Amino acid sequence: MSDQTLSFAGARASGMLRRLDPSMALWIVMIALLIFLVASPTVRLVVASFQEPETGRLTLANYHTAYVNWRHLAALGNSLELGVGVAILAGLFGVPIAWAISRTDMPLKGFVRVMVLGAFITPPYLGAIGWILLAGPNSGWLNRLWVAATGEAHGVFNVYSMPGLILVVAVTSFPYIFVFTNSALDLVSSEMEDAAQVLGAGKLRTAFRITLPMVFPAILGGLIISFLEAISLFGAPALIALPARFNVVATQLWQFFEYPVQVEVAAAYAIPLLVITVLMFWLQRRILGRKGYAAVTGKGGERRMIALGGWRWVMLGYALFVCALSVLLPLSVLLQAAFAKAWGRGFSLDNLTLGNFHYLLFEQTQAQSTIINTFVYAGATAFLAIALSLAIAYVVSRQLVPWSNVLAFLCVAPFVIPGIVLAIGFYAAYAPPPLALYGTGTILVLAFTTRFLPIAYTSSAASMRSINPEMEEAVRILGGGRLLAIRRVLAPLLKKSLAGAWILVFIPAARELSSAIFLVGPNSRVISVMLFDLSEEGNFEVLAALGTILLVVTLIIAAIGFRIIGRDFMLRRSV
Amino acid sequence: MTKLVLRGVERRFGSTLAVAGLDLDIRPGEFVSLLGPSGCGKTTTLRMIAGFIDPTAGTIEMDGKVLSSPAGSLPPERRDMSMIFQSYAIWPNMTVEQNVAFGLELRRISADEVRRRVREMLEVVHMGHLAGRYPAELSGGQQQRVALARAIVIKPSVLLLDEPLSNLDANLREEMRFEIKRLHDEFRITTVYVTHDQAEAMVTSDRIAVMNQGRIEQVDDPHTLYTRPRTRFVAGFIGRSNFIDGTCNGAEIAFDAFAVARAAIVDGAALAGKVTFSVRPQSMRLARTPGPPAGNRPQVEVRIVERAYLGEFWDYVVVPAAGRTRLRVTTPPLEVYQKGETAWLQLDPEQMTPITDGATVTTPPG
Repeated sequence: MSDQTLSFAGARASGMLRRLDPSMALWIVMIALLIFLVASPTVRLVVASFQEPETGRLTLANYHTAYVNWRHLAALGNSLELGVGVAILAGLFGVPIAWAISRTDMPLKGFVRVMVLGAFITPPYLGAIGWILLAGPNSGWLNRLWVAATGEAHGVFNVYSMPGLILVVAVTSFPYIFVFTNSALDLVSSEMEDAAQVLGAGKLRTAFRITLPMVFPAILGGLIISFLEAISLFGAPALIALPARFNVVATQLWQFFEYPVQVEVAAAYAIPLLVITVLMFWLQRRILGRKGYAAVTGKGGERRMIALGGWRWVMLGYALFVCALSVLLPLSVLLQAAFAKAWGRGFSLDNLTLGNFHYLLFEQTQAQSTIINTFVYAGATAFLAIALSLAIAYVVSRQLVPWSNVLAFLCVAPFVIPGIVLAIGFYAAYAPPPLALYGTGTILVLAFTTRFLPIAYTSSAASMRSINPEMEEAVRILGGGRLLAIRRVLAPLLKKSLAGAWILVFIPAARELSSAIFLVGPNSRVISVMLFDLSEEGNFEVLAALGTILLVVTLIIAAIGFRIIGRDFMLRRSV
Repeated sequence: MTKLVLRGVERRFGSTLAVAGLDLDIRPGEFVSLLGPSGCGKTTTLRMIAGFIDPTAGTIEMDGKVLSSPAGSLPPERRDMSMIFQSYAIWPNMTVEQNVAFGLELRRISADEVRRRVREMLEVVHMGHLAGRYPAELSGGQQQRVALARAIVIKPSVLLLDEPLSNLDANLREEMRFEIKRLHDEFRITTVYVTHDQAEAMVTSDRIAVMNQGRIEQVDDPHTLYTRPRTRFVAGFIGRSNFIDGTCNGAEIAFDAFAVARAAIVDGAALAGKVTFSVRPQSMRLARTPGPPAGNRPQVEVRIVERAYLGEFWDYVVVPAAGRTRLRVTTPPLEVYQKGETAWLQLDPEQMTPITDGATVTTPPG
């Protein structure tokens, strides 16, 4: 044995220092990229808010312009009203459905789950457009039904209002609360409820006194997410608040970007959004991290479904009502419009046409490139985000550099940066020379990558944790380097969960509007931006067709995700 | 065959000292176990030998060449060692054959030669018929055999094993102990084996290094380690023992209620002052009547205080009639005494070992 041993040891024994690991260069590049993507725009945003546009001197003038103006302050107030309203309404939608699915024998659970997933996948601006077709004053479907049914001259529904906006945002954001509540309820063992019932409590009392309080921190966590989602949303407010002649922070920020562009004022105006988000996330962590709710952290014991008797039909009725508001109604009128010559002429055969799709796919050249852009950018974003987050997760888990926890923090930090705020930071950092990336596809991909990096990182870090480091050490002790271990063992083992992560990034990236609207140029338009432009022209049929294309592609990708990682992959709580 | 030398090896993690100045010479072809309770630094030591962790002081040398030192270390992939991990770390994405072939492929050996050696190796570990299986389709013991084959097929200069049997059930563990011993006898690879199980260490090892709190307490072959433990910890960790205090007094050493001639004790002449002795429960005998005086073997009248029947033997706790020291004695199953009965305890001074440290470790519960 010794002859071969010696030759091997002799050939490899040169070069001593482990510090010169050949993979080190790769890690350094990845860390630099992370700083470029996350730290730099955030810092630029804050710095720009204190700078004079021309001279770069420090000043508070931007804050003066941004806040000493009652219209701007009113927009801030409106955003808070919107956020609170959405959180409450979404809670009323999400919590009962989560309870019914997790703890009761309500029928048609599978269908309701699919509908909730549908609401999750539907971009809020498409929901908003659906609701414009449903509850637009006079011409909206619900108003026409009302007029037909009551004989009155005018309809009663008006989506162009604060209540309208709250409803539209709530129906698309209640899945967050559903996910949080559902995962917490799944951990509550039936024995907790049995204990209350043995002592004489009825089903309803048990639900309100025992079950709900136990999952209350999770519900609160979901409410906070809904609130934050609502105040940072751009699409739905722009479609509804602007015609209704009121502003929210997001739409006001957008107006700062109209000619003449006031990036510095926008930066100053974006700071409260950033601060509120950071504070709320901190609060959410505190609430969810609270001890004493052993049921939420521990493993669930035996679980039985509560028999609701006749009430289960009432529960189902409510669930279907929410599904109708969030998915069935808006999507059916959207589909009708997509296949209609004129959506107002209703559901009749002679109104049916494929002309809208033909127009988009074959006649309007810009639409083609827009559609291609969207999916190319989303795909590139998903690849980049996963490659980066995987590399960082690796560096963190193996502690290859000092302070590797800072890297982990940078990866999840974009989670607390609203899309519009991030976009302004990117604009401030990379629009001016030397990079001059404004309006390019590159800046969109980079901004999307940053925005969805937390999703990619949580997935990557979780899958990295699921693999015993000994798998890799076994490669190294047999003579393989780090990169070989990654290529031959780690990558094959991570394949499946990385495919899932890819989809989890691809879907939101394909529909992203908030950050795109600030960074697109004429040659880098994406579907979400084009939808927004079309709505300003009032061309709802073509718009609906384009929205349908986006939804269909999203659904196909989500269905592939189902096949790869299982039914619930998007509705699992990952943060 | 490879010689491995650890000199003053130390490893700190932050403020905690995991391994404190370890010296160990491992001879070519020797099988040495690092034995100790969890947290004693044995796995850290093994991982330093493998190159996964750098020492904060000291050096590790292989055949006179420095592998690890605080200044820099040869990475694991250049040490020509192999390792068997606690989790086996069989790659689930490769078949048994691919797993075993992996290390050979890295050594740029022709494909035919790789196939031949893998076949041969799999036969040695009785896994030839399962070469095409994936790890998920194997039992724990079979995975263990694949791990052994994968580690040995490259004929490493040093083989490292990190608690390789701790995930197996009792019967399989016993079988694999002898399997590991057999493979070592066949290939004579210099081996370092980490375990917390004394039986495992005693079956497999040429020598055992007993570790405690980052230090080696004693390195010896299994028999010496058991019969001549040098420290209280070693005596207590390997088997069970009584610890009794004696005082050197001229030609005698006086204990509670009896005395032993200094000359009867191995190296007794060198002792002075108060000395603690380790006395194994099975090194003493109980009798109903005092036997004929036999050389230097003292006999003490004792009372039975507690007893327990353990199937293979009786376990008694006795106290000298004229003293207070509680002693644990074992007897064959047919030597039955009642609680409260008096009996005669016969000691064998040759099996009384002076303990050289003052570490306060209490007699382990029986």
